[in-house]
Amino acid sequence: MKQVVVISGKGGTGKTVITASFAAIARSKVMVDCDVDAADLHLLLDPATRQNGMFKSGKTAEINPEKCVKCGLCRGICRFRAVTADFKVDPISCEGCAFCSFICPEKAIEMKENVTGEWFVSDTRFGPMVHARLGIAEENSGKLVSLVKGKAKEIAEKDGHEWVIVDGSPGIGCPVIASLSGANAAIVVTEPTLSGLHDAKRVVAMARHFNVPVMFIINKYDLNERMADDIRAYCCGEKIDVIARIGFDEDVVKAMVEGKTIIEYAENVTTRAIREAWEAVTSIGAG
Amino acid sequence: MIISVASGKGGTGKTTVSTALALSLPGPVQLLDCDAEEPNAHIFIKPDIKRTEDVFIYVPRIDEDICTLCGRCAEVCAYNAIAVLPGSGRTAGRALVFRELCHGCGSCRYFCPENAIKEEKRKVGVVEVGYRGELEFVHGRMNIGEAMSPPVIRAVKHKLNKGRTVIVDAPPGTTCPVITAIHGSDACVLVTEPTPFGLHDLRLTVEVIKKMDIPFGVVINRHGLGDERTEEYCAQEGIPVLMKIPFSKEIAAEYSRGISIVEAFPEYRDEFAGLVKKLEEEMSR
Repeated sequence: MKQVVVISGKGGTGKTVITASFAAIARSKVMVDCDVDAADLHLLLDPATRQNGMFKSGKTAEINPEKCVKCGLCRGICRFRAVTADFKVDPISCEGCAFCSFICPEKAIEMKENVTGEWFVSDTRFGPMVHARLGIAEENSGKLVSLVKGKAKEIAEKDGHEWVIVDGSPGIGCPVIASLSGANAAIVVTEPTLSGLHDAKRVVAMARHFNVPVMFIINKYDLNERMADDIRAYCCGEKIDVIARIGFDEDVVKAMVEGKTIIEYAENVTTRAIREAWEAVTSIGAG
Repeated sequence: MIISVASGKGGTGKTTVSTALALSLPGPVQLLDCDAEEPNAHIFIKPDIKRTEDVFIYVPRIDEDICTLCGRCAEVCAYNAIAVLPGSGRTAGRALVFRELCHGCGSCRYFCPENAIKEEKRKVGVVEVGYRGELEFVHGRMNIGEAMSPPVIRAVKHKLNKGRTVIVDAPPGTTCPVITAIHGSDACVLVTEPTPFGLHDLRLTVEVIKKMDIPFGVVINRHGLGDERTEEYCAQEGIPVLMKIPFSKEIAAEYSRGISIVEAFPEYRDEFAGLVKKLEEEMSR
């Protein structure tokens, strides 16, 4: 079983479209949506939930106003400025360190566990899929990412699937780090824009920091061919394979509106490029 | 007035809108790029950076000569950032600090009965302040390999200048970094695109903003691409559509070169400036 993770640095580069296409092409696989913050893969794969569960993570302080004598100790020590002037805890600022609950002489502060999300194991027309929905305004999505990836790995090992295909999280923070852990390869989907290149460099640095080999897909390359060439030159200098150059294709949007992958919707230059990219991914895996 | 620009999902045009607003509004303006993981606004603003400040959190350093391995520090640490290994016959015990897991709350130091813990600074990113003419620009960059952006976002927000109209370019998503960025705003602009992905993420973001009780409106980017469902949703929910930016390869090409929409197409300037008036109407409701 091998894991391939599709990441992007910047959002909106076509990560989910590529992941869903790989899902449509690969024969034996489990899909995972690790973009738990703004999960979209289900919009294309139409999953039917088979199993689900709540995800709890982190705690938030709560001050009992009946016990509180407003001594101010908690306000004084809280480095996250989470205790307000009228001795309430601002849950947005609270980092759940529990310092206040330990220090409170009246034992008026309780740490309450947060239900931060829900995970699902589902069936799709391409096979099993593990995904999650993070509660609004919650944190710790890195742990939720690890949880869904763990479940996908279990399923893949139990049922003998060859691939775990991961729709990674955007950015370079905690959720992506969790998305990348244990991956055999990371596919960076980038657009030929200054910001796209800027973010892709950061995400490459991050993947290398965690020793995951990277490959590039340049999406919508014809929006700015010079920039696309710059990205290619950058990849060449860094010894990174560019496994596909995909042009802007309105069929991709049309397929999305119909809830389909581009592979199912059309047989054209885009789908050929994506098929070749998947070939490249599998050959690396074989090597 | 503090206006946050958020998007739910990345790549919908948040930076396009926030930088265009910053370049179009009259009077003194400040732009805070709070997308500390992937700050992009500077590419379009091209500010002259005047100051760079490191962002630190305080992490514990345990003095092994004083430490008695009592384990109190590990007990109070909510993040499992300290492990105390008792010694056995042959090996000495140790107290280990995992600096990347530490949120810098200071609890361990306070509760150490032996006073064996001091704190040292750990750099997690930088904040840069620059100018483009009258426009004041601030952004934060998280170090690569760091897990937590909120300390950097908070450091950017500490630069908030209430004497100016403040535009906050929020990170994507609906989790803690976004909340940290949007917290305290007077109004919010949600940028979306008229596709099923865009609509799905817009719904999530609307939930967040409603929960935070901040007046808001929507900007539909790449209008003409996709379908009508996003506008139907806004109409049903009574959400004002503040502006529609048409889908155009020319706009996308200028964006790819790092040129703001209002510089390439000055006719949009008035529309962006007018967007704030519409938001003020929402606020006075």
